[in-house]
Parts: sequence; C-alpha cells; structure tokens
Amino acid sequence: MNINNMIEIDGIPVEIGDERNLLDVIRKSGVKLPTFCYHSDLSIFGACRMCMVEDERGRLMASCSTLPKAGMKIFTNTQRLRKYRRNILELLLADHCRDCTTCGNNGNCKLQSLARQFGIKSVRFENTKSEMAQDLSSPAIIRDPGKCILCGDCVRECNEIQNVGAIDFAFRGSKAMISTAFDVPLSETQCVGCGQCAAACPTGAIIVRNDSMKAWNYLDDPETFVTCEIAPAVRVAMGQEMGMQPGENALGRIVSALHRMGFDEVYDTSTAADLTVIEEANEFIQRFRSGEKLPLLTSCCPAWVQYVEKRNPDFLPNVSTCRSPMSMFASVIKEYYRDHLPEGKTKHVHIAIMPCTAKKFEASRPEFRSHDQQDTDVVITTQELIKMIKESGIVFEEVEPEAVDMPFGTYSGAGVIFGVSGGVTEAVLRKIATSDNRKGIASLAYTGVRGLDGVKECVIPYGDREVHIAICSGLRNASDLLEAVRRGEKQFDLIEVMACYGGCISGAGQPYISRRRRINRGNGLYRADSTTPIRRSQDNPMMKELYEGILKGREHELLHVNYLKK
Amino acid sequence: MTKLDTRLALDQLRESCEKAFAAEKRKILVCGGTGCVSGGSLQIFERLKELMEEHHVPVEVELQKDPHQDVVGLKKSGCHGFCEMGPLIRIEPEGWLYTKVKLEDCEEILESTIIKGECIDRLAYRQNGEIYRRQADIPFYKKQTRLVLEHCGHINATSIYEYLAIGGYRAFEKALFDMQPEDIIQEITESNLRGRGGGGFQTGKKWASARVQKENPKYIVCNGDEGDPGAFMDRSVMEGDPNKMLEGMMIAGIAVGAQEGFIYVRAEYPLAVERLRIAIEQANALGLLGDHILGSDFSFQIHINRGAGAFVCGEGSALTASIEGKRGMPRVKPPRTVEHGLFEKPTVLNNVETYANVPMIIQNGSAWYKSIGPENSPGTKAFALTGTINNTGLIEVPMGTTLREVIFDIGGGMRGNTDFKAVQIGGPSGGCLTAKELDIPLDFDSLKKVGAMIGSGGLVVMDTKTCMVEVARFFMHFTQNESCGKCVPCREGTKRMLEILERIVDGKGRDGDIELLLELADTISHTALCGLGKSAPSPVVSTIRNFRSEYEAHIYDKKCPAGVCAKLRTFVINPELCKGCSKCARNCPVNAISGELRKPFTIDQDVCIKCGTCMSNCPFHAISTEA
Amino acid sequence: METTFDYGPVDEILSRYDLSERSAIAILQDIQEHYNYLPREIFPKVANAIGIGEARLYGVATFYENFSLEPKGKYVIRCCDGTACHVRGSQPILDKLREELGLSESKHTTDDLKFTVETVSCLGACGLAPAMTVNGIVHASMTPEKAMEIVEKLRKEDETA
Repeated sequence: MNINNMIEIDGIPVEIGDERNLLDVIRKSGVKLPTFCYHSDLSIFGACRMCMVEDERGRLMASCSTLPKAGMKIFTNTQRLRKYRRNILELLLADHCRDCTTCGNNGNCKLQSLARQFGIKSVRFENTKSEMAQDLSSPAIIRDPGKCILCGDCVRECNEIQNVGAIDFAFRGSKAMISTAFDVPLSETQCVGCGQCAAACPTGAIIVRNDSMKAWNYLDDPETFVTCEIAPAVRVAMGQEMGMQPGENALGRIVSALHRMGFDEVYDTSTAADLTVIEEANEFIQRFRSGEKLPLLTSCCPAWVQYVEKRNPDFLPNVSTCRSPMSMFASVIKEYYRDHLPEGKTKHVHIAIMPCTAKKFEASRPEFRSHDQQDTDVVITTQELIKMIKESGIVFEEVEPEAVDMPFGTYSGAGVIFGVSGGVTEAVLRKIATSDNRKGIASLAYTGVRGLDGVKECVIPYGDREVHIAICSGLRNASDLLEAVRRGEKQFDLIEVMACYGGCISGAGQPYISRRRRINRGNGLYRADSTTPIRRSQDNPMMKELYEGILKGREHELLHVNYLKK
Repeated sequence: MTKLDTRLALDQLRESCEKAFAAEKRKILVCGGTGCVSGGSLQIFERLKELMEEHHVPVEVELQKDPHQDVVGLKKSGCHGFCEMGPLIRIEPEGWLYTKVKLEDCEEILESTIIKGECIDRLAYRQNGEIYRRQADIPFYKKQTRLVLEHCGHINATSIYEYLAIGGYRAFEKALFDMQPEDIIQEITESNLRGRGGGGFQTGKKWASARVQKENPKYIVCNGDEGDPGAFMDRSVMEGDPNKMLEGMMIAGIAVGAQEGFIYVRAEYPLAVERLRIAIEQANALGLLGDHILGSDFSFQIHINRGAGAFVCGEGSALTASIEGKRGMPRVKPPRTVEHGLFEKPTVLNNVETYANVPMIIQNGSAWYKSIGPENSPGTKAFALTGTINNTGLIEVPMGTTLREVIFDIGGGMRGNTDFKAVQIGGPSGGCLTAKELDIPLDFDSLKKVGAMIGSGGLVVMDTKTCMVEVARFFMHFTQNESCGKCVPCREGTKRMLEILERIVDGKGRDGDIELLLELADTISHTALCGLGKSAPSPVVSTIRNFRSEYEAHIYDKKCPAGVCAKLRTFVINPELCKGCSKCARNCPVNAISGELRKPFTIDQDVCIKCGTCMSNCPFHAISTEA
Repeated sequence: METTFDYGPVDEILSRYDLSERSAIAILQDIQEHYNYLPREIFPKVANAIGIGEARLYGVATFYENFSLEPKGKYVIRCCDGTACHVRGSQPILDKLREELGLSESKHTTDDLKFTVETVSCLGACGLAPAMTVNGIVHASMTPEKAMEIVEKLRKEDETA
C-alpha cells in the first residue's frame, strides 16, 4: 500500500489504483454511488449529475469526471447530496411515464430502483410527460422515447463502440430527444439490430422485442411440433437471478426446463456450428489457395452481416456464403421433419434461443424461408428465456439437468466456443491446421485467438504458407480494420467479426453485466469445450451422417446463402 | 497590397500611412455600426460622397499611401456606442458629433461644414437645454475612459492602413521581435488582465498553462459569441476596430506557440463577420498573417466560424464543440480547455474584449495598465448600457466605477419621470442590483461579494414600472430555451422553475412556490454541468432576495405591484373619459362590459379575462389598468 | 417516390470545404443560404460526404436555432426579444405581427410562404430597442404600429414584384 497515494472517502482511507476517475475509486471503496450516464465501457458524459460528491471544504464535484488526487477528503453521502439526488430523481420522474407495472423493463429499470432507493414518494411538479409513439419497426428492438431520460448511453454505444450512428441527440433543451434522422423508423436507418443500445439503456426507452408470446402460442398448440436450439453463449449467462455462478454452464438445466415448458425436442446450436466450421473451412481453403475474395469475412454474426450490407457493400463479396449456425440448424431440421413429423402433429415450428437481438432480424430475412415458412420461426433471447422460465414457475436451481435430444444431439467442443470472440477462428483452425492430437488442439489456444480484446491479430502456419488472421469484436473496431484493409495498410486472409464486444457472450439478449465480468462467460465456454470428448468439428460422427444423408448434394441449398443478390 | 517581408518594411508602410492620415485634415466619419446603418447611415454616406463629387470637393474614401493635400476624408467608421442618437457623424479635426442625421441634412453638411467649416448646432447633441458640439464634451462620453473602444468610430474599420496609421500592429511587432514568448506571458500576467467574458480568470495564467503543454498544435480561439441578450460590446469591437482584436490573438499565438486561430462569431452579427473577413484578408495580403510573418519564424492563420444560434456556445467547451462541427453541448472538465480544447489540443480561449486589451498592454507595459482601475481588476470594462435610461449605448469605464456614475452620469438618469428600481448585470447568468447597491464599484470581486457578476457586461436598467417577477420569468424563459439539454438539473430544473414562475405571473402561484424555486435554484446551481447551467437560477434568486414582497404579492394577494402582469391587472373604465360608444363592449370576447349608450360603461370583474382588448380598442383612452 | 432533387448546388457547396465533420455547420449554413432552409434530401448526401451519420447531422441541424427544416417565407422577420428589447416592449410587437399574419409560437411561416416571423434572443442592437430585422436589415425603435407599416410595405412590394 502506498500511503502517499491515498484518498479519504467518508473518513475511510482508500488507495488510488489505476481507476480512471474518482467514481471508480469510490465504488472500489464499497460505496455504490448512483449513476445513469456512467458506463465504464463508454466515454464519460457527465449528464445525470447523480454521482456528485463533496469535499471537506464543501465543494461539489461530479465524481465521474473528477480525477482522484492523493490527499482528497471526499464525502459521498451528506445531507445536501441526498437532497440533490432526490431532486434530480424527482425532476426526471416528473417528465417520465410512471406506469411501472406495465413497462417492458419493469424490475430492470435504474430510474425505478433509484427512486425506490431514495424513497421518492411524491413528485411536486406537473406531470408533463408527452405521449410519444413507440417505434416498433425493428424486429430486434423497440424504442419508446417517452421513457427516455437522455443519459445518452445508447448514443455512445451506437456511435463510439459500434460506429453505426443510427441514433443521436436531436433538438435541444427541454425539447432534446434521442432520435433517428428525421425521426424515421429504425428499420429505415443504418441500425443493424445489435441491441447494444437496449443493453445500455437504464430505463425502458429501448428494450429488446419480446417474442415469448409467440413461443407460448406454439407450445400451447397440441398439433404443433416444437423444436428448439440453444446457442452456446446462452448457457453461461443465466446469471445471478437464476441462482447461477458467473459463467456457470447451465445447459443441462435449460434443456430440462425447456422440456417441462413443452418443447418437443431441444438441441444445441453447437451441432450446427460444426457444420459451419466444415463449410467455412472448405470455403476458406479454396479462397486461400486461389487467392480470390480475400480476406474471407465470417458470416455468423447477423449484425455484422448487416453492417457490411449497409455500410461497407464493397466488402460483400468477401463475406462467407456460409449461413450462421442458427440458420444452418433451422434449414436442416425443417427439411428433416418435413418427412419425419411425429404422429398427431401437423406443423413443425423451430425456435432459436439466442444471446442476440440481431438474430431476430436474421430469422426474418427472406433468404431463410422455405415452403412458405421462415426456417427459424421465433427467436427468444436469454432474457426472454429467463422470463419464460419464471413465468412457468419452474424453480431453476432445483431442476435436474438433462441431455439434449436425438437425432441432432452430438456436437464438438469447437462448436461450443463459437459463443466467444475468436471461437469461430479457433474452431476453423482445428479443422484446417492441426493434427488430431490433444496437444495440437490445446496449443491453438495460445496463438492469440483467445481473450476479450477488441482486435486480435495472429499468424498461423499452413503448409509452407502463413495464414494472417484478424479477430475483432465491436463494429467500430471492425470498421477501422476494414478501412485499414481498404487502404492497403493491412492484409489478412481471414477476418472474424462479432458485433458485440467479446462475442456472443456480450449479446444484447443476455442479462447485462459489465465488460470486466464477461470474461467469466468466456471461460465458462472454454471449460465446456475442454471437457467435451469430441474437440474438432470433423470428428463429430453426426457430420458424416448428415453429409451422407440429408445434405447429400444439397449442401449449397441448405447451408449457404448469397447475401449479394438483392 | 504587397507583402511585407521585414520589420523595416512594416515600419515604412506605417510611416506613410501616418502621413496620409494626417494629410486628411477634414474627415467626415459616418457611423457604419449596426445601429446607425439601420437608421440609414449608408445612404447618408453615399449621398455625401455624391454631393462632394458634384461640388468638386476632393474626397478620399480609402486612405491612400501617397498623401494628397487638402483632401477631405469621408469614411465609414465603426460603432460610436451612442446608438440611440444615431445615425451619427463625427467631424474632424474639431471632433464634433452630429446626431440623428437625416438624408436631407446632407446638403447642409456639405455647405456649412465641409465647405465653410462651420458647426451645424441643430445637429449637435443637447441635454438639459445645453448644446454639446464636441463629442468628448457630451456627458455620455465625458465620464468614459475609452481604451478598448478608443478607435471605434474614429477610423475606417475596413482599412488596415488606417489601423497602421494610428499605431496598429506596433505591439505585435514588439512581441515578435523584441520579446520572448515568456516575456509576453510575464507582461500579461503582471498586468493582471482578467478575462472579460465572465468569470474573470487571469489571462496570463491561462496562456502560461497552454504554453507548457507538450502537445501540438495549439490553438488560439476567440469567443465572439456574445449571446447575452442585452450586450453588444464585442460586436462593436469586431465591427469598429477588428484589427485590434486580431493583433491580440496574434500576440497570444506568439506567446503560447500556436499557428492557428479561430474566431467564433454569432450568426446574428453579419456585419462583424464581414469586417473581420476584410481585416483578415488585408492582414494576409500585407503578410501580417500567413507563413514566416515579416520574415520571422512565426506563422499564423486566423479562421472565422459563424455561430448558428445557440447561447450555450458562449461556454468554452460548447464553443469548441461547435467549431468542430458538433452540437454545442458542454463537456465535463477535466481535462481543461488549455489541455484538451479545440480538436482535443491545447487551446487558449478568450473573448473579444480580452484580446483587444492585449496590444495596449504589450505596447504600454503592465505598469501603465495597472494604473487604471483597482488593483485586483485593473483596466477598463465595456458595458452595454440599456433599459429605461436616457442615454443607452456602449460605454467603457475604468473598473471600479460605481453603478451610480454609470447610470446617472453617463446614462443621464432615468428616462421619463420614473424612478430607478434595479439593474440587471451580467445578463441571464447575472443578478439584479438595487438602489442600495448603486455605490458598489463595478469590478469582479466587489460584484461577486453581492452575488452578482460582470458576466459579459450587459447592464439593463429597470424602472419602477418593471415587474421583477416578470423579469425573472423572462430570463428563465431565455435560459430554459437556450439550455443545451444535456444535464438533468439544467434541462429539467429550469423547465420547472419556468413553470412555477409562469403560474405566479398568471396569478396561479401557490403557497410554497418561493421555497420550491429556491430549492430548485440551489440544486441547479450546485449540480449543473456547465457554468451557464449553474448560473441559470441567478436572476430568480437575486430577485427573490431583493423583491420577495413582489413575489408574495403575486402569489398571495394575486396582485402585480408594478401593474405589468396581464393576468393580475384590473381593467377599469374611467367614467370621466368614457363617452359610452360601446366599442369596448362590442369587442370584448367574453361580454364582460355593459352599459347604456352615451353613458359610462362598466366592466364586470368576475367575467373579465384580462385580455386587454377593450383597452387597445378604446378611442378615448378611457380604459386603464390598476395593479 | 422518385427523387428529382437537384444536387448541383449541394455539390458546389461541398466542393468549397474540407470534407470532414468540422465543416458540418458551415456547409449547412451555405445550404440554408441557398435554399432558405435545409431540404431533407441534402442530409444523406452531406452526412456521407463529411463522414458522419445522418442522425448526427440531423442532431446538429436541430440543435442550432438558425437552421430551419421547413421552408421559410420570402420575408423573414426576426423580432428581437433580448433583455433590452423586452423591457422596452418587444412582446406587443411580436404579438401584433403574429396576429396580423395568422402565426403563432409554433407556426412561424404563412401558408403562402410570404412571411416568416421568428424571435431572436438578441440582435446586439440593444441601443435601438425594440429592434427587428427583415431579411437581415435592422429596423430600430419599433412599435406595433411601425411593424404593421412595414408588413404593409412588404405586401405592396411583393405584389408589384
């Protein structure tokens, strides 16, 4: 401990570490200072003024934008600070919808919980909340501007992290609002549905579209045969409120809960990920040998695919033609049950449980439609799954784990790690660059593909050549990388992109946790991989079965897509 | 114009300009400031030119480098500050000032003044029956000390030659060749020049901390976004003596090691933009701006950015955001502007008047500067003196002058037969001062002690017919409308303060409203993000402090003591004046007026909605209001 | 709807500037000077040219008072409501103008696109209070009656034009 680098917080000495502001030091000291607009992942905005603190001379400062200086004496909970915080909350509430019980974000709203925490019992100002129309145009998210408190978190996510820029501040003063250009519906903007705005939103102003009602309707219909798939990242994100340890693998319990909720068959998306690995590896080798359309850009992430379509169409030919694991699974399973529908069932519906909001958009794309039906009928996010489990009254902690069903029930560890940034690359490398021994597979983990850095670059030997790979997550990083490639500053053979920072584990459909704690989810997936008997996709016996069976001669029709054709 | 590439070349040019300037013995300076232009001064200028040419008077509109003998200079000058009396014409060498000149007066001016050299007393200023021919003798000017505004109105604002002729760019020359950057900063620091834009931060300190920043490039930014409604000092400097301010910026550039300067000017000041543009063009042409100025290592360029209508852009970080092409929303500090300002580079940001002070200090030394005004706030300050007084306009006085001197000596006292009630100082961020504070010296520290501030320098004088609650509402309406909307206390808090003030002036005030206003004011002033937000409640707080009884009268007695608030007025018909024409009754939207034709009518107060239609329709002025 | 918008003037304006975010306000000002408002069609074009999102450019355009997304009238009357003008009675002038032209706080431009009436926080012509401008020309010491005379004059001027 460095006694020359201490500050006093409410009389208790605290050492200054590498915190970027006083707020983080205060939080480290065990005081949960309230904020709306402070996100450790984003730039400091300083708009909500809830984190004001006082020094020994009575000077007030916003702790989010104050640098900790040795010798400071800070008070976080004085009478007037409490008064100011209450007044700020009261001012926000005066202009806010107060129908909490019917809000889509009930129980998950910072304004609601801080109002409770500070004991706001009445509001002394006229209620001037204006009725503002919801924007229901996006299949992924719903905007309800009337519930916006203008903290700007969504704008900074959309611009700083994702470089999408679909929304921004408009107008000023009391007329200020978050808006698209000319307030057009989100579906007409550059929005790619990544949903990170909704993840950051402290109130119900931007929420993930809830499709659980659709799922229930199918489950309630006795003539509908309902299958589902669970994406890798879902199992490690069930979170505290379901009684899970951070990053704990809950797949068995989820399967069991889904069975009890009435799903006829429950599968793991990892199975289809094995298909993706094989197809994408073949595609890559072919392009790598011919030198055409390189770098190959991965296509598993639907927000990324849309980002290329909308913002970087010059790179569309580089995008892998492989469908995402979800869509591969859906087309295969739909095809299979066209001839194998169990007795008494007249209709097959396939539901995907995903960490992702953009998957809702992907599922609705016309490319993934056959026989007058979308291949994936409904996409449910992890958060919706949690709500459905709770609604069912199932006590998740007490559920006995079950295995996934057959005939699509085997998968490799390579498929599981798809849920974390670098996973797709590692899985493909296991297909193309390693011998089948355990040591060879394990060594790949140390090539630089793992970790939650936004951009990772690595070089892998392939025969007598080298494969130059970039792995990035966060669309701002991706766009910077593409720009470098465009300008010829960098050259890659393969670029893996996940729109969300750290990959699908950070998907906007997951319960929100800070970036620092997401590493647990990634580690959970790597643990699940290392304990799987099959580590490489090509070793999954099901693959042979599929390629020799249902896929024979139809690989292209069922597993690929051409995003170019419009 | 040819580029000057040495110091000597500049000195030679200046010398020839001085000669030419002196050769113009008779000069007719027509005010080309915004105010006089609106009164038709440009037409007067053209007419005079026409007449002089017709009568073969040798006229010189632009200063020529080769002096002519007996030439009459006819110039468009900058603002004299006495806009109320415009259009103004100054006659030299006598220093006469003609006021309220009309187009029809031109022939007489030619014949009597230009040809015969006589003063037209009819056009001279009069006060209390006395005639003041010379501008310097007019009480409005006599009590002033014009340093920053020294040349405003006395030279052609669009001629860099005239600026050179009166010693322009001497300070720049001295700073560039005879001083080290450290010396410049030292001189400014010792002069204790404090920023004229608001808080009064020490300019030398600011420059010093920008100079030590390691990062490059550095920028010099001039805040010409004079957004305070009721202030126009900076406008007048930019219009009347633009080179002075440029010179100040250039000296700042040398001092901190910057190569680029930006001037942010309000969009409402098109003339200022035009004059600055001309001045920059001429400075470029002469090589006073550009690369390797006068053969030195110093290169400097100045750009103009026009504002687009946002008061908040007067705040430093909002201003730089606006220059960067963004919404003008203030950002959190640290980092400070001197570290991460414009384009996230070290930046010196001062306002127009501050830069305009710089050349004088460099030229005359800090000791001279400190001899003016009090020790802690040396120098002069320009104020825009407006409101219900006799002489409104732009004034400049030494810091420390009392309000009484400003209002009663320079301002000529209250207009009409009214009494002084209060003066709003510092605009929407400032506070009001009352009669008991008339003897407070106007300087940064004295004002701070009484909870007011110089701010931008707007002085709005109000008489007893002014309702202070309504004034508070007016300012709150302004700040609320101009809030950028970023931080919660300012965006939501000012909205609620306005809501409460509106209901009070509407006669719907509630018990507890004053306390609620004060509580909100306390929250906003302590928690808002930027200085503008923090000071937004000041007008309300200071009017409550000084005129609480007026608030109480509105809330509890439903009366406006000043008789201003429409909803609290009682309309009455004076039976002596009423002729019973029924026009009021026919126009009343709620049929509150009745009576018999040709007999006095009456208003039913229970029905009356106090719209005032009757009063404006009465042909006999028989309807009036009672508080 | 097929767009037939002529981007010629916009291209010309863009060619004068360094195409980066910092030129946003100046470009919008020039475009507004040309069209007397900011046509919606220019937004994707300008945003793309200077490399920012359309939503951001919209945010800039709606932040500043001087930008208008609606066409303005042939005669733009701006009433100063600065402090000096306010205490010398600018409100009745504004009220009278609005009444005469059928405008309000929310409706600034007449349907025939002849007149726009706006307020401006200060023209800096405080010595001439109350002041107003018509297409940029300052009129000093206004009264409601003088304002009416000006409107009448403009109407006549418009008819004969």
